[in-house]
Amino acid sequence: MSDISAETVRHLAGLARIDLTDSEIEHLTGELRQIVDVVASVSEVATPDVPATSHPIPLENVFRADVVGDVLTTEQALASAPEHDGSRFKVSAILGEEQ
Amino acid sequence: MSDLTRLTAADLAAALASGDTTSVEVTQAHLDRIAAVDGDVHAFLHVNPQVSLDAAKASDARRKAGTPAGALDGVPIAIKDVLVTTDMPSTSGSKILEGWMSPYDATPVTKIREAGLVPLGKTNMDEFAMGSSTEHSAYGPTRNPWDLDRIPGGSGGGSAAAVAAFEAPLALGSDTGGSIRQPAHITGTVGVKPTYGGVSRYGAIALASSLDQIGPVARTVLDTALLHDVIAGHDPHDSTSLKQEWPSMADAVRKANVTGLRIGVMTELDGDGFQPGVLARFHESLELLKAEGAEIVPVSLPSLAYAVAAYYLILPAEASSNLAKFDSVRFGLRVNPVGGGTVEQVMSATREAGFGDEVKRRIILGTYALSAGYYDAYYGSAQRVRTLVQRDFTAAFANVDVLASPTAPTTAWKLGEQLDDPLAMWRGDIATIPANLAGIPGISLPAGLADEDGLPVGIQFLAPAREDARLYNVGGALEALLASKWGGSILDKAPALTGGTR
Repeated sequence: MSDISAETVRHLAGLARIDLTDSEIEHLTGELRQIVDVVASVSEVATPDVPATSHPIPLENVFRADVVGDVLTTEQALASAPEHDGSRFKVSAILGEEQ
Repeated sequence: MSDLTRLTAADLAAALASGDTTSVEVTQAHLDRIAAVDGDVHAFLHVNPQVSLDAAKASDARRKAGTPAGALDGVPIAIKDVLVTTDMPSTSGSKILEGWMSPYDATPVTKIREAGLVPLGKTNMDEFAMGSSTEHSAYGPTRNPWDLDRIPGGSGGGSAAAVAAFEAPLALGSDTGGSIRQPAHITGTVGVKPTYGGVSRYGAIALASSLDQIGPVARTVLDTALLHDVIAGHDPHDSTSLKQEWPSMADAVRKANVTGLRIGVMTELDGDGFQPGVLARFHESLELLKAEGAEIVPVSLPSLAYAVAAYYLILPAEASSNLAKFDSVRFGLRVNPVGGGTVEQVMSATREAGFGDEVKRRIILGTYALSAGYYDAYYGSAQRVRTLVQRDFTAAFANVDVLASPTAPTTAWKLGEQLDDPLAMWRGDIATIPANLAGIPGISLPAGLADEDGLPVGIQFLAPAREDARLYNVGGALEALLASKWGGSILDKAPALTGGTR
């Protein structure tokens, strides 16, 4: 059995930057326990002698010359921003008062 | 002409080339069909008739000048909303991107435009392609044209339903764990997941980058091949795109011949957990191929028992990382908490409001699988299982040319039936997921209707990486055998939609 508690889910939601409600946390805690019990079966066959595969087709790094490529203009990049000042994205305070 | 919406893309291309019809006529016929039936089906999230008709007029002008852009110039196509487009909104089925306009086109979209195809609109999908039923779309589910109370499959239920309901002859899809193939199975249509890297993913809103692939959706194997030929090829914008020349998939269909072809039947996907009608149609199809000269061989891939578990660790891990870009800063929704807050509080409030339940579930699972102390046990082990699955495929393909299985364990279920049991829905991906883990190509085409419910059943073929043409060979051959047995297409048996029931 997994050791997932509501506190675990609250912590994960913080890491994932999702402001889950208490009822969502309660619901997800139960679901996550069940899911993790099932997916944990991978460890039955994943012995240390088997190498990990991150990518389905072996590929090498792709390099290109260090020149400006096909990029967006500032105007294009800002066009769908929730808030901007014409040259930069605008956000609220980076630090809270206690920080 | 007879009803233009019933014609295949290949037939439409011929009618356009001979001057029997125009792209404006063909496009208008499909727009009319969408207007008539899409209130019931809800395959489309966005349609802009003026944009489509302008593209159709430009196509007719090229035809008139004797300079068509390609064989499919003027043929309409639907685009899954996971692909970004400059002239239509792109949402990936999520509220967090509602109304968002991309400043660039996805490469597969650029390629279809360059080939003269006419975009009809953007199709519905599970939010960020997470789901097997299209019920996780933030904009409401798509309904199965065979039975409007049932799911059309997912995540690409919109693209599959659009071609099944004759709203479009062609569509683009994306397949991360079966999102092209399973909806094809569910709706009696054809879908192909190409080799990983065979089609550019530039401009495809990423779900799980080591699994995602863009591919064609249509009603026939030849149409799927014709679209595959348009979208395949290397793209410098996508660093995982394969640098190689691809043979014509359409030629593979036209020259289809299964004499001497060795077809491996995956024993792990032929029995327990599969609906009787699904298995019956599968075995009938194999018999037809055998009578035509193919050799049918049972093959065991023992690691498939662990494929779903590995997939549901790898996918959420990669998705939790890919979806970090929805941060309320550069694009999409921004929700300010009551009384304001720091940028991180704004981000958390935005993601709470903008993501649906399935997306949150997978992000939290992925964050857990990647967190310190659990990484080796979960994500690390899943990556080792991935190696085992790849080894099983390599061993199997040493003895057979293609592998076969039913595309999914069951036919279409009722809307809402599995929504409260995510694990049940995930288990339904058992037959499609292994190809994504191994990066190999797969096709699903109709094998008939299940006796118990009269709903479509698909058969899946898999081939080694870079051997996509083998799928079109065996798929084309089987489709022809079934068509002569049935005296037509499976979709001839679908109920006629007249619209206006919803």
